Amino acid sequence: MDTLSNLALGFSVAVTPFTLFLAVVGCFLGTIIGALPGLGPANGVAILIPLAFTMGFDATEALALLTSVYYGAMYGGRISSILLNIPGDEPAVMTTLDGYPMARQGRAGDALVLSGVASFAGSFLATIGLAVMAPLLARVAYLFGPAEYFALYLLAFCTLGGLAGKNQAKSAIAALIGLSIAMIGIDPNNGTTARYTFGNLHLNDGINFLVAIVGLFAVAEVFFFIESHGKDSAVGVKLDKVTLPIREILNCKWVMLRASILGFFAGVLPGAGASLGSFMAYMSEKAIARDGDTFGTGNPKGVAAPEAGNNAAAGGALVPMLTLGVPGSGTTAVLLALLMTLNITPGPLLFADRPDVVWGLIATLFIANIVLLVMNVPMVRIFVYILSVPAYVLLPGVTMVSFVGVYSLSGSYFDLLMMVVFGIGGYILRKLEVPLVPVILGVLLGNQMENSLRKAMTLSDGDWTYLFSSPIAIVLWIAAIGGFVAPMFLRGLLRRPPLPGDGVADQD
Amino acid sequence: MKLTLIRALGTSAAISLMAASASFATECIAPANPGGGWDFTCRQVGKLLYDLKLVDQPVQVTNMAGGGGGVAYGYVVTERGDDPDLIVAASSATTTRLAQNAFAGMTADQVRFVGAIGADPGVIVVAKDSPFKTLTDLVDAVKADPGSVAFAGGSAAGGFDHMKPLQVLEAGGFTDIRAVKYIAVDGGADAITQTIGGHTQAMTGDMSETIGFLKSGDIRILAVLTDERVPGFEDIPTAKEQGFDVVAVNWRGLYVPKGISDDQFNAWAEKLQAVADSAEWKQIMADNGLAPFTKVGADFQGWVDKVIADTETMSRELGVIQ
Repeated sequence: MDTLSNLALGFSVAVTPFTLFLAVVGCFLGTIIGALPGLGPANGVAILIPLAFTMGFDATEALALLTSVYYGAMYGGRISSILLNIPGDEPAVMTTLDGYPMARQGRAGDALVLSGVASFAGSFLATIGLAVMAPLLARVAYLFGPAEYFALYLLAFCTLGGLAGKNQAKSAIAALIGLSIAMIGIDPNNGTTARYTFGNLHLNDGINFLVAIVGLFAVAEVFFFIESHGKDSAVGVKLDKVTLPIREILNCKWVMLRASILGFFAGVLPGAGASLGSFMAYMSEKAIARDGDTFGTGNPKGVAAPEAGNNAAAGGALVPMLTLGVPGSGTTAVLLALLMTLNITPGPLLFADRPDVVWGLIATLFIANIVLLVMNVPMVRIFVYILSVPAYVLLPGVTMVSFVGVYSLSGSYFDLLMMVVFGIGGYILRKLEVPLVPVILGVLLGNQMENSLRKAMTLSDGDWTYLFSSPIAIVLWIAAIGGFVAPMFLRGLLRRPPLPGDGVADQD
Repeated sequence: MKLTLIRALGTSAAISLMAASASFATECIAPANPGGGWDFTCRQVGKLLYDLKLVDQPVQVTNMAGGGGGVAYGYVVTERGDDPDLIVAASSATTTRLAQNAFAGMTADQVRFVGAIGADPGVIVVAKDSPFKTLTDLVDAVKADPGSVAFAGGSAAGGFDHMKPLQVLEAGGFTDIRAVKYIAVDGGADAITQTIGGHTQAMTGDMSETIGFLKSGDIRILAVLTDERVPGFEDIPTAKEQGFDVVAVNWRGLYVPKGISDDQFNAWAEKLQAVADSAEWKQIMADNGLAPFTKVGADFQGWVDKVIADTETMSRELGVIQ
């Protein structure tokens, strides 16, 4: 009952007409920021921090605005994934896999509503998890050292092979390209070796994920559009009526629940974050679904799982941020900085010292979730109208916003050049039918995996057995090996025909 | 959606207009994204400069992230080399990187360091159940078996957090500093998490990062690396009084372009002194876990030169630079 009385305190702090107004504004802005390629939750929140200072908001108000933007951007990321095949931000990459094929089949509305509901389920459950178990869960972070993180990333890479639809070799090549891109920059483990920077200072910090995503997906799309005079382009999917696909939502309820739990725990681990959450959610659902082989061709479960997963991870990432002061993702790093500037120091004592702030924040998250559900389900029509804009208007617009968004990251023309370079690379890869999603995952996870391995080797004086020295690490290794080997043996055995009447339209 | 697109564009246009319209006022460049220490310096010092009527227009803060501050450094050196209305946030990280030639060949003498107005004291921390009760215990353990103690810190290897335990060890007579284990993690809180979890045996970082864990009783601060004990934390001993003569603080300050006149340089030094002396700044320092540390003008430049020379020597021993 403690939690309930705390929550009542939170709502009494958070529910004022002004904070509600800020939550609505934040949700709306966040959804747009998330939907626009080039603007993700991290820079959305970063852009609005100076605004919150200029307006002289107090802690509750500033947090109401910025966490609404955060959750809003997590919801919004799926929109361009589904409608344009361009992920709005990095956690939404997985949503392109089935969301866009669904839109191609004329079910864009269904995909948007379903993913909206999945996002709600994910973030709602995660917020409950945050409210009930946060101080307890903080202890989980203590258990994860370099060895355990390395095994976790290895698990992710081992299941990557299952991602490929047609050609495993091309997926592997794509992941290797991603890994190579991840190596660019100063080696963080010795602090001085510049790798693949060619003496260019702009490359010292490595490649920003958003630059890679916008380049590979959005800019490459423009090249395709120009080449084919619009025929070959992804843009311009069929418009349908937006109805509530109740059957599919009910069909996916266990998917959402499982994906939310998995995503939440991925979020709680400081080193993992939302991208890993959505990836793991997608891959595990693919593995256990009876119609797993239709994942990637527009399976609604493939839309629900990553969206529930990444939104739950967004909530989970607040756990280490609030209880340890360790940000679990780029966005929570920005939120952490905001809290410090407001003279609130997250850490083990935050829940005891500043219950008004913590529970006010949690109450705001619940409010933002309701607002976002309303905005993203009944009002999703607004976003579907994007389709009625001719592609020759839409695409330049999206490109322009991408450029502005990426420029706002660093204020450097160099990132824009990099984006075009990635666009050309993405165009070539697509011509060669090399999938782009493993490239992004390679960039996202490769860095972390290398760092974990290098740290583990430093701690153990190069003794490899250190990597299997804890029960958690051993379990993760077994899962990783299982995830890699099992598909090879089981592929023939377990292939079952798609169930008739499952509501899954088989493409082609 | 057309409407939302237009609105989004409007927002970005408004943001860029806001940026452009204030271009005649004093500009403070924070060489990182909003929210970090440099951003904090620019925003707080900028606000006080205006509130205390030391400048006549609000100070405009520009965030210029990249290259660990190197992008902004290069920009100031090449594009704004004689701009008297420009100040740039700096800290120990700036001088460490300059000493290690991490700014693509640019050197510390290409700008002028005008002052520091506060500092975050360096600390050496262990988990509450650690066998090390004093700094001497820890140093003795490293001397006996360098492999038995791993340090976690928030800066890259060779960075400021890495240097702190090495300086202490050198002061304690241990010279094989390359044998000391250090892992770089994402920030001080993460370093503490790794230490509490037992993955590393000690944490090196800034004092402000450790306060929450200190109050909750999860950690023990073995030593603070300042001249005197820090006000408010009088029960934490300094390294100095335990026999290790090391002072390492993460100062917060500013540099200005090389090409401005001495009068202009001294004017900035006086303004910073005025900010440092103000009651408002003292409150901000107390709220943010900063200890008093004021050095301005030629005095500061001389101190910076010495710190850079020391860092360079140690980095060479460490093999971070050749």
